[in-house]
Amino acid sequence: MKLFRVINPGFFTTVQDLGRQGFLKYGVPVSGAMDDFSLLLANMLVTNKPNDACLEIPLIGPELEALKDTQIAITGGNISPQINGQDIEMWQTLKIKEGDVVSFGKTRNGCRAYLSIRGGINVPPVLGSRSTYIRCEMGGIKGRQLKTGDFIEGFNSAKVLDVKLSLPEDYIPTFSNEAHVRVVLGPQLDSFTEKGVETFLSNPYTISLEADRMGYRLDGSVIEHKAQIETISDAILPGTVQVPPNGKPIITMKDAQTTGGYPKIATLITSDLYILGQAKPKDTVYFHEIALPEARRKLIEYKRRLRMIEKGFCK
Amino acid sequence: MYPSAKYVPFGDRALVVELGSGISPEVNRRVHAMHDAVSNAKLLGVGECVPTYRSLLITYDPIKLSSKKLVSAVKDLEKTLATYTSKRRQRKAIIPVVYGGDFGPDLSKVTKYHNLKEKDVIRIHSEHEYMVYMIGFIAGFPYLGELPDKIATPRLETPRFRVPEGSVGIAEKQTGIYPREAPGGWQIIGRTPVRLFDPTWHPPALLQPSDLVKFKPVTIIEFQQIQATVSRGDYNPFLQRNKKP
Repeated sequence: MKLFRVINPGFFTTVQDLGRQGFLKYGVPVSGAMDDFSLLLANMLVTNKPNDACLEIPLIGPELEALKDTQIAITGGNISPQINGQDIEMWQTLKIKEGDVVSFGKTRNGCRAYLSIRGGINVPPVLGSRSTYIRCEMGGIKGRQLKTGDFIEGFNSAKVLDVKLSLPEDYIPTFSNEAHVRVVLGPQLDSFTEKGVETFLSNPYTISLEADRMGYRLDGSVIEHKAQIETISDAILPGTVQVPPNGKPIITMKDAQTTGGYPKIATLITSDLYILGQAKPKDTVYFHEIALPEARRKLIEYKRRLRMIEKGFCK
Repeated sequence: MYPSAKYVPFGDRALVVELGSGISPEVNRRVHAMHDAVSNAKLLGVGECVPTYRSLLITYDPIKLSSKKLVSAVKDLEKTLATYTSKRRQRKAIIPVVYGGDFGPDLSKVTKYHNLKEKDVIRIHSEHEYMVYMIGFIAGFPYLGELPDKIATPRLETPRFRVPEGSVGIAEKQTGIYPREAPGGWQIIGRTPVRLFDPTWHPPALLQPSDLVKFKPVTIIEFQQIQATVSRGDYNPFLQRNKKP
């Protein structure tokens, strides 16, 4: 069922869900929403399943014409969403009527908006996920970003909701130009001098223009390696901080290749990865060390927060 | 190979088990044995495993399983590795390749580099049996080793923007196959018509870590014939009665 026609695709709009699991050993990255927290909330706000596919909309949004009455929610970074030219609220259920035009404007905070549609976006799952992975042209709409003239399809079975949900203000994340993320040091800490690790943990790093779904190259103080460093490729995961010979860190993100040979100084904790998914070029990143048991507690807190939000909606 | 494995946390949801410090068939075989052992143990909370040259990455759900418990469970498995024999049959694939010409633009360079004849490079490359050390870089790309020293060649000084699908390349003591067009710095010596990755397959990659691979020189006409079989979905590169993935 065609729900929207793409009048203008925006800069790099893709279909994403929570990504692919179980194919890393075949070289297939996880993909999925760069900010999965916002995707989960977008789905909750239209009572979708957590893994339903949404649009991920970085910086310059698309223009979409509704072909049917439906409901949507927009979460994540604020890029000034509008319906028929009128500003609309994020983080709540929005009614859409046939003929309405959804568009976006200036980036106010964060980097990526998530647009959920009641019932989820209907594209065929590939390897268990609807997420677009451009490099292998898989998932999403024909394995690519949106193009003018595309149709965004929904499921016939999706019923129109008679409730309007909104996220209590306390739970709405704010994305600043200064991202503070926590990291577990390693796995190749012994490739760095003590001074190198100190540099990494005590200085701000700036996200360069080379930042996309695969990863972010950072600018900032040079991290010192030990004289002899190994460059044997090991597995990498989203959130790994690698340091190539030039001493400037690279953070791998959701579409990153599954193996890499640069020494890995640290890895972001799972519950902070979404924060970086909202970071954009010129934003600053600070890395804070955290011990493994503490990281686990943060993950439990994060999951509890999501459950509380969900329960609150179900009342 | 290390006398005993190193266990290093990789963030809050993965563990790296490092079995050696370099690239060698012995270390890599140990990685695959460890991979089998962990998969067969079906530990609660363990997600997926990623075998690489000298280490195995194990992802887990830290809420169900603590890092400490995982380490001690895998250490127990490590003790069984010395006497471990895999029940899984090691698969052998034959990959047909057209060497040189437009399909292998760097063959003459590799030939000159080693002061050999083209037919020698082809013979050495295709006589040797390789093991899939790991899959990475792009979906389905097999890192094969170990390439005989006689034809081991450094990467290109300037990588190409586009290496065509099916290209067979050399980089140091490794050889590999590009499953699709991609940028790359390997010395391209030939091309295969065999498809290495298709997301509609289960599993999606033709080759799996620990598989054995041999290359077979073919003519352009044979290449085209095989290509036709491949596009019908009828081509099976595996020896014996192994099923196509």
